[in-house]
Amino acid sequence: MPKDSGIGAAPKRREDVRFLTGEGRYTDDINIHGQAYAHFLRSDIAHGTINSVDTSAAEAMPGVVKILTGADFEGVGGIPCGWQITDRHGEVMQEPAHPVLAQGKVRHVGDPIAMVIADSLEQARDAAAAINLDITELPAVVDMKAALTDGSTKVHDDLTSNLCYDWGFVEENRDAVDAAIKGAHHVTTLELTNNRLVANPMEPRVAVGDYAAGTGDYTLYTTSQNPHVIRLLMGAFVLGIPEHKLRVVAPDVGGGFGTKIFHYAEEAACTFASKACRRPVKWTASRSEAFISDAHGRDHVTKIELAMDENGKFLALRTDTMANMGAYLSTFAPSVPTWLHGTLMAGNYTTPLIYVNVKAVFTNTVPVDAYRGAGRPEATFQLERVVDKAAREMGIDPIELRRRNFITEFPYATPVAVEYDTGDYHATMDKLEAMVDLAGFESRRAESATRGKLRGIGVAHYIEACGIAPSNLVGQLGARAGLYESATVRVNATGGITVMTGSHSHGQGHETAFPQVVAEMIGIDESMIEIEHGDTANTPMGMGTYGSRSIAVGGSAMVRATEKIINKAKKIAAHLLEAAEADIELSGGQFSVAGTDKSVAWGDVTLAAYVPHNYPLEDIEPGLEETAFYDPANFTYPSGAYGCEVEVDAETGKVDILTFCAADDFGNLVNPMIVEGQVHGGLAQGIGQALMENCAYDENGQLLSGSYMDYTMPRADDLPAYQVDSSACTPCTHNPLGVKGCGEAGAIGSPPAVVNAVVDALQRAGHSSVTHIDMPLTPARVWSAMNES
Amino acid sequence: MHNFELQRPTTIADAVSALSGDEAQALSGGQTLLPTMKQRLAAPETLVSLTSISEMQGVCTNDTGQMCIGGATTHASVAAETANSFPGLSGLASHIGDPAVRNRGTIGGSLANNDPAACYPAAALGTGAMIITNSREIAADDFFDGMFSTALEEGEIITEVRFPVPEASNYQKFVQPASRFALVGVFVAKYSDGVRVAVTGASNDGVFRWTEAETALTQAFGTDALVNLSVDAGDMISDLHGTPEYRAHLVKVMTSRAVSASA
Repeated sequence: MPKDSGIGAAPKRREDVRFLTGEGRYTDDINIHGQAYAHFLRSDIAHGTINSVDTSAAEAMPGVVKILTGADFEGVGGIPCGWQITDRHGEVMQEPAHPVLAQGKVRHVGDPIAMVIADSLEQARDAAAAINLDITELPAVVDMKAALTDGSTKVHDDLTSNLCYDWGFVEENRDAVDAAIKGAHHVTTLELTNNRLVANPMEPRVAVGDYAAGTGDYTLYTTSQNPHVIRLLMGAFVLGIPEHKLRVVAPDVGGGFGTKIFHYAEEAACTFASKACRRPVKWTASRSEAFISDAHGRDHVTKIELAMDENGKFLALRTDTMANMGAYLSTFAPSVPTWLHGTLMAGNYTTPLIYVNVKAVFTNTVPVDAYRGAGRPEATFQLERVVDKAAREMGIDPIELRRRNFITEFPYATPVAVEYDTGDYHATMDKLEAMVDLAGFESRRAESATRGKLRGIGVAHYIEACGIAPSNLVGQLGARAGLYESATVRVNATGGITVMTGSHSHGQGHETAFPQVVAEMIGIDESMIEIEHGDTANTPMGMGTYGSRSIAVGGSAMVRATEKIINKAKKIAAHLLEAAEADIELSGGQFSVAGTDKSVAWGDVTLAAYVPHNYPLEDIEPGLEETAFYDPANFTYPSGAYGCEVEVDAETGKVDILTFCAADDFGNLVNPMIVEGQVHGGLAQGIGQALMENCAYDENGQLLSGSYMDYTMPRADDLPAYQVDSSACTPCTHNPLGVKGCGEAGAIGSPPAVVNAVVDALQRAGHSSVTHIDMPLTPARVWSAMNES
Repeated sequence: MHNFELQRPTTIADAVSALSGDEAQALSGGQTLLPTMKQRLAAPETLVSLTSISEMQGVCTNDTGQMCIGGATTHASVAAETANSFPGLSGLASHIGDPAVRNRGTIGGSLANNDPAACYPAAALGTGAMIITNSREIAADDFFDGMFSTALEEGEIITEVRFPVPEASNYQKFVQPASRFALVGVFVAKYSDGVRVAVTGASNDGVFRWTEAETALTQAFGTDALVNLSVDAGDMISDLHGTPEYRAHLVKVMTSRAVSASA
């Protein structure tokens, strides 16, 4: 019997009422009296030397308030990078300067050169067209392999090469892995690309800078997943504004998917310009601008080798990856191909020896950083593809091969430095097998064949590390931040509660799910609880939302704060009931004395806290407000088994996904409906990556897929009706809710399942030489694969 | 978008007069022109809207049985009003873009623009339609003149398109995945005196007739007639979404499917 309130219930998302009725308040909805509008003049070439930027004619144009160029930002810091990698030679990564506006050179199409501020946006755009640029075009470096060759053009002249770092993990295992591979019964090798993606949140990025001359305070309204992080990075490293003089507000945000984690030049520029102009300055990205200024995702090229014994037992795994950083290091870019990727290479398997080498490369392209899953999809894709290929080569059923190698005892310390606290991979695989109806596949395949369709089935099993992250651990790994989360629980006099969380909701439904937890703990109705987030002025220092961390880390902070509230409320109740504190029990919003019928209601206690006439003032303070910071002891490790069936049109190569089944283990669920929605969204993006999405550059660094005319987003009619099951539950052992997080799973587990299914379809149709097709599996690519085999 | 004047004439004569001004540009459904203006790639001083001209609206059949469609008739209207009388054309119109595009975009605008991946040029060329302008009649075979280029003179307006209604017809579109324009679209029309096959989306020269297929299908209308034919990839478009060889292959596949569907 499903619950109708509290943890495990599925109330509809309260925030959707305002989103669906046009009452949301997004950053672009914020208009401040007297504001001016900014337009950024951006490089239309990938690489060039700036000889001069002549703004004199533009400055005389109607409505122009001010024009800023790179020279205006020489006195301030550059855009900082939040993670430093130390490579396998003991060297710290090469870290280039990243000016707010280009200085000396432009390094990718979209690199901002000048900021034009005018009374209207059209005037700013007109004036930008009148800026006289003298730029000498230089050869562009686009291909990673070419970028690493001796004598390649350098993206940054002051660096020794285009190699950011050469990371080896675990370096001590390198020789043992080589030896195990050399001596193995069989080694399966696969070379593959993890395609570059553009995140494409529905809401483009927006920034409004507002400097108050009277107080010297700055406010930045911005489309961010983590306003406190932006306040710290921009205040401390770019503009030199202390936190108490800088407020950052991220109100309703229309999707992030990772690309709104990072601190962007436009945020600093609008804040800086507001003081320079003494006016609020607003910038709203166009969709075209988003394609060339939002950090991209993925873009790995990998060779993976899996060594097995004669029974298919995995003996060793070796990977060699090039990871594209783009032209500059975005905020968390260095961590994605390393600690968020290498540490997941064990997957769900007992492989005893693993070595991961990652070379991060600078190119004349938009910076690449975290995108839904961030490193974990890249790990899962290569692993689940090579396992599938290995199964075929070994003549072992792909599900059976996975089962032979599943980790079954927990906690399990992997050879890549993480410890899985809990999981049951056979259970999720069992659930999946029950959902996909393997027994009926052959007859379905035969039916497809009568229609000229090649049917295939593909399975993948994934692991991810979420609930990011233990601060002391990530500090050792190079993070320049802690990764705790915070919550303040403010109980009001009449019993209603405001929770101020450091997490940030940009579509995840925190305003609905978080109250379910507090309501359950106290035994009151969810409608008495309101969630506030996104404003550094009224929330405690928090690290925001990404890495499927909100309920696991932010939710845990809220639990800890609520526990403090309950402890104090019990003291008050004991006083009111003239009983010993130890005898007070809280149930259903009533405090009672154990073994008696004496009780007081939640509201009586909260009123006493704020009207303390009959109150133990000698022992406790008035009021009922508590803050907790929660730093997780470990990552959480959601896992799951995904399977899909596809039909390939034998004549055109077009792939249709007929069914997609997901059996996940997210630990305990707070709101199963929201969880299912998160899985749906992740699957849509994972299927998008597998079949459609492709951020492509030509050899000159021009973006070929710079609009929706050429960049294919998945649409409703591209996707099947999903079957989602989250009942295989092994609760997390180290957080108070037993939750693991669900935001990224769909995007992590689905690409290999889709590609495995398409390869299976072609194999079954006799295209035996087709062992891999690089994503996206567009009709043209699948057709080529069929016709080259 | 730059500022512009908008004129809304109600007769063809007034529209022609308005278009004789400097920097005047005809605006029909605006599905290509307005995005181009928003991107500041076009900045006409005057837009002359053709959508208030009642004599350019609607679908009817003339005395010789031709389907006559006003130049400013939307795709949605064409789809609805030809569903029984000319299902091949209705099917084409009902799969252009999305509902918003179909309720704004017009047949005359599409033909005048002659986007190499647009659908309507395949129907016009595939039926041997007559393009009627304010000053003359132009046979479809003489109208299309390569990508984004037509026989239209400056200021000339497509007021009507007259389609000879085939005995059987069908349009098969294989969509470019992102834009959902035609990666390859083939219109097949069977008449008592022969078969016409027109291909859009595929060629660097825009819409074209596949004459070998026409000859073979005229002799025997069925997919078997196509088996031994092939399309030269030499003139086909190469881009992110398909090689010339893939497009050439799709021309044959889509032609075969159109023949099957219209048989």
